[in-house]
Amino acid sequence: MKTTILLATGICCSVSCKRVPTQHGTHTPITQLALAPVTDTVKMAEVEGGAYTPFFGKKDTTIVVRGFMMDVVPVTNRRFLEFVKRNPQWRRSNVKHIYAEGNYLVNWTNDTTLSPAMDPEAPVTNISWFAAKAYCDATGKSLPTVDQWEYAAMADAKTKDARYKTSYNKDILSWYEKPNTAGNRVDQTPENVWGIADLHGLVWEWTADFNEVMLSGESRKDVSSDAAKFCGSGSVGATDLMNYAAFMRFAFRGSLKANYCVQNQGFRAVKNL
Amino acid sequence: MTRLKFLLSAFLSAWLLNACSSSTPEQTKTPPTEIKVVGESVAELTSPPLVPKPVGNREATKLIVNMEIVEKEGTMADGVKYLYWTFNGSVPGSFIRTRIGDEVEFHLKNHPNNKLPHNIDLHAVTGTGGGAASSFVAPGHEVTFSFKVLNPGLFVYHCATAPVAMHIANGMYGLILVEPAGGLPPVDKEYYIMQGDFYTKGKNGDPGLQPFDMQKAVDERPDYVVFNGRVGALTGDNSLKAKVGETVRLFVGNGGPNMVSSFHVIGEIFDHVNVEGGDLVNHNVQTTLIPAGGASIVDFKCEVPGTFVIVDHSITRTFNKGSLGMLTVTGDENKQIYSGKQTEGIYQPEGSTIQNMPGEKAPDAPKAATHEERVAFGKSVFAKTCQACHQENGQGIPNAFPPLAKSDFLNADVNRAIGIVLHGKTGEVVVNGNKFNGVMPAQVLSDEEIANVLTFVYSSWGNKKQEIKPAMVTAQRGH
Repeated sequence: MKTTILLATGICCSVSCKRVPTQHGTHTPITQLALAPVTDTVKMAEVEGGAYTPFFGKKDTTIVVRGFMMDVVPVTNRRFLEFVKRNPQWRRSNVKHIYAEGNYLVNWTNDTTLSPAMDPEAPVTNISWFAAKAYCDATGKSLPTVDQWEYAAMADAKTKDARYKTSYNKDILSWYEKPNTAGNRVDQTPENVWGIADLHGLVWEWTADFNEVMLSGESRKDVSSDAAKFCGSGSVGATDLMNYAAFMRFAFRGSLKANYCVQNQGFRAVKNL
Repeated sequence: MTRLKFLLSAFLSAWLLNACSSSTPEQTKTPPTEIKVVGESVAELTSPPLVPKPVGNREATKLIVNMEIVEKEGTMADGVKYLYWTFNGSVPGSFIRTRIGDEVEFHLKNHPNNKLPHNIDLHAVTGTGGGAASSFVAPGHEVTFSFKVLNPGLFVYHCATAPVAMHIANGMYGLILVEPAGGLPPVDKEYYIMQGDFYTKGKNGDPGLQPFDMQKAVDERPDYVVFNGRVGALTGDNSLKAKVGETVRLFVGNGGPNMVSSFHVIGEIFDHVNVEGGDLVNHNVQTTLIPAGGASIVDFKCEVPGTFVIVDHSITRTFNKGSLGMLTVTGDENKQIYSGKQTEGIYQPEGSTIQNMPGEKAPDAPKAATHEERVAFGKSVFAKTCQACHQENGQGIPNAFPPLAKSDFLNADVNRAIGIVLHGKTGEVVVNGNKFNGVMPAQVLSDEEIANVLTFVYSSWGNKKQEIKPAMVTAQRGH
């Protein structure tokens, strides 16, 4: 009996592992049909194309990232409220739980009112991957890929790739030590060399293919879905053993499912050039 | 997945083999895998230093454990704050008490305010990752997984999310006890102690909120090595309590992440030690080694009253990094076992003679008639009492113990020097241009002895050759 349950759990798990959200899926969820377009006037900055070695992956792998435009700040409560007002299917009481779990916009007073304690200019959080993607679709943009996000976020105020700097890693790590930053306003952290703020120090951010690294499950040399989650094995796949900050980011992404709505996670949009 | 299936089939075949062999006559005990569970209950969980009530006498059951992960600011030492990551809000996390054969249904909740995903690897679990793979949980979520405890012993649990060292260094560990059928032998008091090493950006004692320092962790250079998550968690009002005649069992774990503990209780000998938390029992042990990610069960009978200091006998950790706790035993003295009284603070690293014997008068020293006699008597007092720190020729030890030879501080004020011998001295002094910041305990010496030893000191090594009379000491006693 016990073993049956274990087996069943195993099967469920493997099914859910295969459900990798993709922007080019074969079917479009009903909730995303007929999105009312939303005008988003937030400033975007250009990130020039280039090549970089991702933190996770095969050693000596170089990824070419083409130039793209990125929102300079995460989507705010105010901007997301506009989207929800124009798209009732994304209101808290209407949304289907397979697209956004029970914590979806959990701190709002009701479907279309922020709670008085919330700053409209703080990043929207408690939103699922599906909701973030719908917002991007409605504004004619898209969620950044992990590579786009990591490429833009490896810059500091002066350099495009600051990952080797002690100060860069220290600043990121210090955020992990600060409780409740999600309620802060956007654009309060220093802009990086591209003119983009808040990639570190405010909230986690959704990426289009957030669970790809953890769930690649290719060879044992890669970071498999199991290995990244416990003792030591994660370090085998890391190209820079000292990069604790990135480790935590990938661990966080790996803990998510697309309908999760986490209090410390928001998103921003990109546009391909 | 394939690994899980492999394990399952291994498990099944082992089960079948066991079933076949169980008909043989020597197989009288039920294999742990086949212990039937009866009913269901919610586990009692306790914060350190408390331990849940024994469970070994009950039948195996389905045991529900509710554990919440909380990232929260706490106090590492006076004026020093630290952001701890905790199981159930304490470091170490709640003590879990099970008995062999229990089927544990583990509910792991990650508080929505937390920034990071976490999981739990229980060393008492037989299965991939010790539960880590099944318990990986995002902030604002709860996971449930089950396991059957098959091996009796005391086991560590810890978070195993990458970067593992950081999760452990921030306090994510605790103990789970699996009692054998029938339980452990009864004792009067049980306590829960867990050692851990901490790595802060600032040095030991630097005030304010101290962030984790990953470089120091990688280099294994901790700023704090403490019991139960902070300096002073087991001292003063927080000290462990027992009475004379009681037996005390300590469940001691070591969360690490890096340091190995030489666990010792000053003035006690462990009657029994479950070595490494397993079945092997050793007797009459002074110091037991507890590896990082390991545990030990020790017990002893409290025969005499006093304060028994709990240390990591890698001793600079105790006096410089915080691994010091106390067990206060109250009750009647037994002079046959131990003649003297023991008080807090008696154990000093300076290695001098007995510092304080309240209620007992020091024997009268021989009376000196001349300056020369005084110097001669004083020399023997110096050798017994002062030399360990101030050294044979009064030269002291740089940065630790100030010199008495050609000492400007000493020669400047005779009454101050008498006062320091009488009352001790704490804090910064400047001697011959060098700063010292330590503690000299008060010395239990008669007026005659103090006069002699100071006369010896003042008459040696280029000092100002002054004779100190016992009356001068008497005059300073009241100050």
